[in-house]
Amino acid sequence: MDNSLKLHYEIPGDDFALAGEASSNVKKILTQLGVNPAIIKRVSIAMYEAEINAVIHANGGTAEVEIDSNKVTIIIKDEGPGIPDIELAMQEGYSTASEAVRELGFGAGMGLPNIKKYSDNFEIESIVGKGTTVKIEVWLKP
Amino acid sequence: MKLEKIGQILDAELLNGENCNIDIEVYTACGSDLMSDVISYGHEKDVLLTGLVNPQVIRTAEMMDIKVIIFVRGKRPTECMINLASEKGIILMSTKHPMFTACGKLYSAGVSGGSV
Ligand SMILES: Nc1ncnc2c1ncn2[C@@H]1O[C@H](COP(=O)(O)OP(=O)(O)O)[C@@H](O)[C@H]1O
Ligand SMILES: [Mg+2]
Repeated sequence: MDNSLKLHYEIPGDDFALAGEASSNVKKILTQLGVNPAIIKRVSIAMYEAEINAVIHANGGTAEVEIDSNKVTIIIKDEGPGIPDIELAMQEGYSTASEAVRELGFGAGMGLPNIKKYSDNFEIESIVGKGTTVKIEVWLKP
Repeated sequence: MKLEKIGQILDAELLNGENCNIDIEVYTACGSDLMSDVISYGHEKDVLLTGLVNPQVIRTAEMMDIKVIIFVRGKRPTECMINLASEKGIILMSTKHPMFTACGKLYSAGVSGGSV
């Protein structure tokens, strides 16, 4: 596809109230573009989980989003502590979230499994002490 | 069931009625203070009952296409949360009943928990 839409978002790490703004904005744009609501929901959930992870586990990061006629690509990158054992982190229910994060309603250990479930292609790269990059792709066409 | 009837059953106060279309029908609901669970299991729900008060409750409802949030046990959202919800067309209500009673009243009146 010749023309794609590229978006960049900063994900602030110090204000929990702002978490989800990027995902909310992407949801709004996809709605305006007339994308199928069921697909929008999958994109929204996957991106929101990744955005929340960047906030609660890595003190914020950035989101790069590209939308073309075939797919939505989301890359969420942070310079947080990284994930020592990705296979373990991917397990349902595994979470290192603090008590404070749980009191805010998160930290059930379902984020990464949900991202994988709702995306058509999911990649995660993490280096301990350097940071984590999550790539989510959702096809817009059946 | 009409949203208005939900309001009567729970003796709930509408917090942003002037900014939303409140003439809607609701069929299914879920109750949780854990937004992670709402994201994982709260599909196809019209109403979320919760005792949690922070902006991520509104965000979660937005992502899940939940139309109505009912805060239980007399909890009230902040002005900032009300504004965010109104912007997204999400209806906010508050009831004095605790979670168990509020859910029980709605369930008895025919609101479904949806499929497992
Ligand atoms: N961006 C990240 N940076 C560092 N650690 C992360 C990141 N994302 C996930 N993790 C680790 O993986 C675990 C599982 O993540 P997730 O499935 O989203 O569950 P939760 O966020 O509820 O803990 C987290 O508890 C954390 O230890
Ligand atoms: Mg998570």
